[in-house]
Amino acid sequence: MESRRNPRAVVDPKVRQVGFFTSSSQPDSTPQPDPIAPASHPVSSISPSGNSLSPVMIPPPRHNSSDTFPLRAAAASAVSPSSFSYSSRRDFPDGSTTASPGRVSRGSFAKSSVPAASSLPGVGMDSMAAATSSSVPASRLTTVSIVNMPPGLTEKASGKQVQSDQMKNSKPLKEKTTKAERRALQEAQRAAKAAAKAEGGKAPLVTSGSVASTSKAAKPAKPSSQKNEGAVAAGPSEKDRKKDAPHPRMQYDDESRVVKAKRRAVVKQTEAKNRVELFRHLPQYEHGTQLPDLETKFFQLDPMHPAVYKVGLQYISGDISGGNARCIAMLQAFQEVVRDYSTPPEKTLNRDMTAKISSYVSFLIECRPLSVSMGNAIRFVKNRIAKLPITLAEYEAKAALQSDIERFINEKIIMADNVIVKHAVSKIRDGDVLLTYGAATAVEMVLLHAHELRKKFRVLVVDSRPKLEGQLLLRRLIKRGINCTYTHINAISYIMHEVTKVFLGASSVLSNGTVYSRVGTACVAMVASAFRVPVLVCCEAYKFHERVQLDSICSNELGDPNAISKVHGREDINYLDGLTNNANLQFLNLMYDATPSDYISMIITDYGMVPPTSVPVIVREYQKEHLLV
Amino acid sequence: MPDVQSTVLEFVNKLRKRKIEGSQATARYTVELLRSVISQQRVPHANQASALIDAVKAVGEQLVAANPVELAVGNVVRRVLHIIREENLSLTTAAMAGLDLMDASDDDELDNSKGIGYPAMSAAVVAAARSTLRPPSLQTLLEGTPESATVPYTSSSGADSESKSKSADKSSITRKLKHDVIEEVNQLIQEIAGCHEQIAEQAIEHIHQNEVILTLGSSRTVLEFLCAAKEKKRSFRVFVAEGAPRYQGHLLAKELVARGLPTTVITDSAVFAMISRVNMVIIGAHAVMANGGVIGPVGVNMAALAAQKHAVPFVVLAGSHKLCPLYPHNPEVLLNELRSPSELLDFGEFSDCLDFGVGSGSPLLQVVNPTFDYYYLDYRGGHNPSYMYRLIADYYSADDLVM
Repeated sequence: MESRRNPRAVVDPKVRQVGFFTSSSQPDSTPQPDPIAPASHPVSSISPSGNSLSPVMIPPPRHNSSDTFPLRAAAASAVSPSSFSYSSRRDFPDGSTTASPGRVSRGSFAKSSVPAASSLPGVGMDSMAAATSSSVPASRLTTVSIVNMPPGLTEKASGKQVQSDQMKNSKPLKEKTTKAERRALQEAQRAAKAAAKAEGGKAPLVTSGSVASTSKAAKPAKPSSQKNEGAVAAGPSEKDRKKDAPHPRMQYDDESRVVKAKRRAVVKQTEAKNRVELFRHLPQYEHGTQLPDLETKFFQLDPMHPAVYKVGLQYISGDISGGNARCIAMLQAFQEVVRDYSTPPEKTLNRDMTAKISSYVSFLIECRPLSVSMGNAIRFVKNRIAKLPITLAEYEAKAALQSDIERFINEKIIMADNVIVKHAVSKIRDGDVLLTYGAATAVEMVLLHAHELRKKFRVLVVDSRPKLEGQLLLRRLIKRGINCTYTHINAISYIMHEVTKVFLGASSVLSNGTVYSRVGTACVAMVASAFRVPVLVCCEAYKFHERVQLDSICSNELGDPNAISKVHGREDINYLDGLTNNANLQFLNLMYDATPSDYISMIITDYGMVPPTSVPVIVREYQKEHLLV
Repeated sequence: MPDVQSTVLEFVNKLRKRKIEGSQATARYTVELLRSVISQQRVPHANQASALIDAVKAVGEQLVAANPVELAVGNVVRRVLHIIREENLSLTTAAMAGLDLMDASDDDELDNSKGIGYPAMSAAVVAAARSTLRPPSLQTLLEGTPESATVPYTSSSGADSESKSKSADKSSITRKLKHDVIEEVNQLIQEIAGCHEQIAEQAIEHIHQNEVILTLGSSRTVLEFLCAAKEKKRSFRVFVAEGAPRYQGHLLAKELVARGLPTTVITDSAVFAMISRVNMVIIGAHAVMANGGVIGPVGVNMAALAAQKHAVPFVVLAGSHKLCPLYPHNPEVLLNELRSPSELLDFGEFSDCLDFGVGSGSPLLQVVNPTFDYYYLDYRGGHNPSYMYRLIADYYSADDLVM
């Protein structure tokens, strides 16, 4: 089979398994092996489509497939299916990387049509079309255009399969550098040109099309590795991409913008008198003043949907807290919004509903700054709205949206937690002493499940002021009969000796591996790593974010400063009474902090257990595919 | 001396019930008590030094046993013992010099020959005598007295000097020794009482304009240190970690605000988040161990680790009475104190769960391992933790380390 191996194509792509394994083995879905060059590519044996293992792949520094294939494409029009390299697949319209059966019919063409290993579907297909135009019938060419159709229709078919695959944790991940991408692109263009020349005037139209699509696709090629959904759907427009780029967050020391925002605001916030200088860029409001005011306005607010309003009030009062709970509450409110929605005359559903959701979101932000999980969920909802086909009737669109949101809640939050629990429990052994900080829902589920499995372990609950969430967790754990010890974060180095593993929750995981979580998590992780205790972070993948954060100061949330001066339940601690208005005395109630990735041994997500260095991989893969849920 | 015994018992009781808090107060009480013990101790004609040492040791053992965690007690007792030995030694050498050089050495001349003020003629002899009797000390190096480097180590044990002191004029030395010791102890009392001011004097050298300083716990040394810099018109910010569950940070913040320092109170959990914007961490210590480790208020370890991560200077302020000649072994457990769990958890709320076995403890103190980059400042200036052993050799005599 190695008879025709091209010496230049020998270099295998480097394959690294980072911990993603498909649970179901899928037979090689390539329809028929190409007689000429299938074996010339060792890749095929390990490529995701051909193997049950779908490892994370790092492309070789020199993209040999792209070097060789133009030649081959020019020489012989038939191309091996194996040449469908992972780098090109990444941007395939349906975003799935496993060759799902639903795609094969389409893929049978697509596969044979991407010889140039180009990074973008349009390029690959069109150039291939140019190259193979002699052998491929014209009808096939139209299939290409179908692939490039607005994804509203095509996605639905494949999306489910993608989802089912993914629920089995069979999400394969690949790595790719933009440099390789660019080179591939160049080669593709060259190939297309060469092919066009070789074909003479046979397919001038297609060639021009290919070039056009190449140039169009060239722009997103670079940022696509960072930007999430930019290159997902076939040929996203420039406008879409702009919208998808993460907005710079509102900086509250920018006075003109603050004034503008205030004019629009529903919630009347009174600014704290005694603001901490270092955190001018964050909103610092008096707490406890807005709630009565808002409650009285409950029946007067016309534009606000009551469900959203209710959720907002719950955010302010702190009745709903925790990333998952807040996100689910918001999504359920949005479901009600969708249910009660009717398109006003002269407006389209897509635009009007997006605007509505945006206004609701800004109301929720006024109540409490968004968490990353909520931001991702909102992005999902908006994307779903934008992608609704215009042809759909209103009731259909609403039903589709509602079920989409429902599915997001079920699969991204509830199912994800179950998977995390399954993974994390495997790390708990008899005799372990587990330390946890605060009250992370995922960690709590892990502990309870491990207890149900009759594992014998002890839990150290570490807590900190002012929220003392650990006490709630402690209560729940004790109710189930788990042996617990409770202490404050200051004493952590006293108890760290006996700890065997540290389980932490996270509000968000950023793409540099930083874990953004309840304040104090960084301290716990730091002390644990100083004592050489492994730190395991449980976090659902929908909370991952492509942003990068270096410290806990640039982006954070400030809680009620008065919670610090008053010690609940300790009347003897009253040193600071009456000093709260002193200009020299400030109280800083930080809500989150950023844990550097070096303190973290492992992040447990619904995609498996990964080191913090693999976060960007998940971010990229996940962000692409979560739009297709 | 029943009155001394009763005050000793009273003090022991106070220590046992933790009525006296803070190492400075404890150290002062201890040294004052020891002074009265010494002054009331009837000394025999022979072996008066060892009699004094025995008396001080007996009281010291009681005090240390009353609160072994309060290391300042043991430190002060050792300091006093060291003073007695030193005084005895200097008297002996002076007597020897007097015997050798002069046939008749009267009391007046001996009085003059105390401390550094030796008559010039006998200085060389005295130095030689001292160098044979005691290990080279930093003090002697600084004084510039000639000293042969090859002097073998001879312990300044009581027996060694006693035999020589016999030959000295007994009646004068008996009175003189006690007098000198009390004089020295008085100096020690002044030193302990004035340690805050002496440390605070150096503040201006360490704090610059617009500095951001993190501190935790409540220490008078830190308070005076910061205020001294403030008085010198330096403007800087102070972040105070509140130090749950005792909330000593609140106390410190209150005092700082009262003195007009811009203060921000943060939770203990926010220490890591804030440390990246902090220029210096300044804490007060409970004790400084012989290996350079610092025992400080709970939470110190966390702050020190964070400071190390961000390469922030970590300054420990401690008076010399906090310098402990012991090497910590498993100090988290052995040199620690657990306070009532009720400070952390409301028993009423959890009374139904307690039989499930909630154990909660709030260790009062914790230990920083000496691997960190922190510094030690006492009234003589700044020192690196690795230098602690040398200071200890200066302050304490090797015989007293184990009491």
